[in-house]
Amino acid sequence: MKYLHLIWAALFRSKTRTFLTLLSVITAFLLFGMLDSVRVAFSSSANVAGTNRLITTSKLSITQSLPYRLQSQIESVPGVKKASYATWFGGIYQDPKNFFPNFAVGPGYMELYPEYVVPPEQLKAFYATQDGAIVGEQLAQKHGWKIGDTIPLQATIFPTKGSNNWNFKLVAIYRVSDNKRKGEENTLMFNWKYFDEANDYIKGQVHWYVIDVANADQSNQVAQAIDKLSDNSDHETKTQTEAAFNQAFFKQIGDIGMIVTSIMGAVFFTLLLLTGNTMAQAVRERIPELAVLKTIGFSNRSVLWLVLAEATLLVVLGGLIGLGLAALIMPGVSSASRGLIQLPSVPAATWGLGLALMLIIGVVVGLLPALRAMRLNIVDALAGR
Amino acid sequence: MSRTRKWLGNTGVLLALVAGLVVWVMLPWFAVLALVIALALWLAFTRSGRLTLEAARIGISSLPQRWGASSVIVVGIAGVVGVLVAMLAMGAGFESTLKQTGNDSTAIILRGGSQAETNSVITRDQVPLVSALAGIARGADGRPAISAELSQVVNMVTRADHTDANAQLRGVGDAAWALRPQVKIVEGRRFEPGKRELIIGQGARKQYVDQQFNDLKPGTQIELANQVWTVVGFFASGDSHDSELWADVETLGSTYRRSAYQSITVKLDGKDGFNKLKAAMAADPRLKLDVDTTQHYYAKQSENLSRFLKVLGIVIGAIMAVGAVFGALNTMYAAVAGRAREIATMRAIGFRGLPVVVAVMLETMLLALIGGLIGGLIAWAVFNGYSVSTLGNNFSQVMFQFKVSPELLWNGIKWALGIGLVGGLFPALRAARLPVTEALRAA
Repeated sequence: MKYLHLIWAALFRSKTRTFLTLLSVITAFLLFGMLDSVRVAFSSSANVAGTNRLITTSKLSITQSLPYRLQSQIESVPGVKKASYATWFGGIYQDPKNFFPNFAVGPGYMELYPEYVVPPEQLKAFYATQDGAIVGEQLAQKHGWKIGDTIPLQATIFPTKGSNNWNFKLVAIYRVSDNKRKGEENTLMFNWKYFDEANDYIKGQVHWYVIDVANADQSNQVAQAIDKLSDNSDHETKTQTEAAFNQAFFKQIGDIGMIVTSIMGAVFFTLLLLTGNTMAQAVRERIPELAVLKTIGFSNRSVLWLVLAEATLLVVLGGLIGLGLAALIMPGVSSASRGLIQLPSVPAATWGLGLALMLIIGVVVGLLPALRAMRLNIVDALAGR
Repeated sequence: MSRTRKWLGNTGVLLALVAGLVVWVMLPWFAVLALVIALALWLAFTRSGRLTLEAARIGISSLPQRWGASSVIVVGIAGVVGVLVAMLAMGAGFESTLKQTGNDSTAIILRGGSQAETNSVITRDQVPLVSALAGIARGADGRPAISAELSQVVNMVTRADHTDANAQLRGVGDAAWALRPQVKIVEGRRFEPGKRELIIGQGARKQYVDQQFNDLKPGTQIELANQVWTVVGFFASGDSHDSELWADVETLGSTYRRSAYQSITVKLDGKDGFNKLKAAMAADPRLKLDVDTTQHYYAKQSENLSRFLKVLGIVIGAIMAVGAVFGALNTMYAAVAGRAREIATMRAIGFRGLPVVVAVMLETMLLALIGGLIGGLIAWAVFNGYSVSTLGNNFSQVMFQFKVSPELLWNGIKWALGIGLVGGLFPALRAARLPVTEALRAA
């Protein structure tokens, strides 16, 4: 620690070079912070969601519907606290580009998601209003909707009285307290009963059930018991935890992990080379100085440590600034785009991995120059040979 | 005073550089060619050009001694170009797979407002009404060339991790083959009407396995909707049908209790067939249907994802490019500092500012060009033809391949030269501004 000022002085011996190297380390870790947060969000977004919830869909395919009468049967399965259901609606608001999920939900659906905060009187109004709708705060802000507004949706699947025009009355707005999950505020939900009566195509059909289990440890048994209800019927079901359901869905969108890892590989390879070169240069330039240090009594080992510490300090400094920038930028982009682009904030896992990478890269790039400095022969170095 | 002037000068150069880069990115290839020829002529036929060439030759001949430092520029830029080209190739591959699926001589008919086949319903009584409309071409048998189809999303087991993925099972009749001549059986045979037989696209064959995790081959049995289906053949189409499973439309309909169809594909009669069909459809109040050329329908499906990938690729590429610029600046500053005496000597014996600046720039651009070529080559070698899949508009998997086109490679080279330009300019200016006497005196 007492050598910190020495290391610091050595680092800023050539300001331009250190500054430029620092900047490239910063950009590399900025990119790392952003990409790795996305990767973590994709692989674990499921895990932050409730572990107590199960999702039941048709075994045949996700687009196949299930009879709504299953609800009472599911609720009587031991270990099930509550169950509700939903039917995908897939309506369009003004333009297909405005896509947001919208579906009809059964009674008690909102209560299954305690993390969705709704003022109690609004929730009551939602269940009481036949054509009432509930939307997330971000979605409402994005389109400038207020309580009491009428929201017209174009149906893509279910016409009503021969027309595709559906109108819903906005009576409730929910918020998600967890900042990481603000993306879930992009949904519109309305009463299933109204949907069931008003649509021309299907009666008494739902697309999925959400089930609250009393004890998360029993999820597997409960899921099997639920699937058993419809064994060998024409509507066999597939029940899995919400986490597994989400993960399977994300995985189908594309192998995000593979793409992110290969980009990061390219970035770090470049970074390694860049910083390594700078350190080699710095040591080469300072050979006489290092020789002087050795002459006045610094041991070989402490010279090794000095150079190694310098390299590590440079990388850690740049890395921390880069990750910090990523942590600042990502929520900024999310809020500036008003939820259009959802970027997660930098999670602890990314900070940890980033820190480990900084130390490793620091040591790797510093090692060769440090060894060179350690092996320096004082007489040769002073003579400039 | 001179500090302020220098600072102002640098800011001016920076602004000019930004403007130059914007123009550079938009420059078409022939303008670039003209630029290169103009540069070559200047180098060959003017006095300062020849001096530049000499100065550049001295710099470049000393490159092997500075290989370690120079490779920073090469590898840094290769990284940027590789990532950029790979990301753009992914978007291009998806776009071209979907675009090839459609053409302007066939049209697809869906229920009004439904956007995608999965959402659409076309009742059986609408089919004869549609086939009577104007604008539809006639097949070899003299009947209207129309194919009413079903599109069912089914769960298939993926090869990668044995989880379920959404696959599109298309129910077709005889007419579908004539409407899609690109679909060819590559192994086995077509399914027989009335039997529970499947044929599978070559993309889907690679993506999925049967329920016992064995490869799909003719004779494989798959359970769908509690019924056993036999795989009898495989087909190739080179477009998004490759991701699909096909079966007889009537058998599929009865298995999934579907009394209605979901889409009708028709062959258009001549150039204005589409307009005639559209007008005829609008005139019939019984048909609340949307009609679109398949070309437009499939192109629309790729729009969002390929735009997203393009923006993502450019943003990531740009951030990496900034990092590479710093690396190049670092290296070139060091190179100029290391050769300070040499450059001062050259200036002392009569080399003017311009040749010195251009010589350093040429050196950087050469390294950048090598880096760009390496990056592009790696992206091409690794990713061209690399298969990936994603969820398409019909809520089912679409397989596509990365497509590294010459155009993308050309773009990558342009980026590389742009980075080289920025990374070389400031060190070059420093070389030209080096006070001769001081540089000569300094050891």
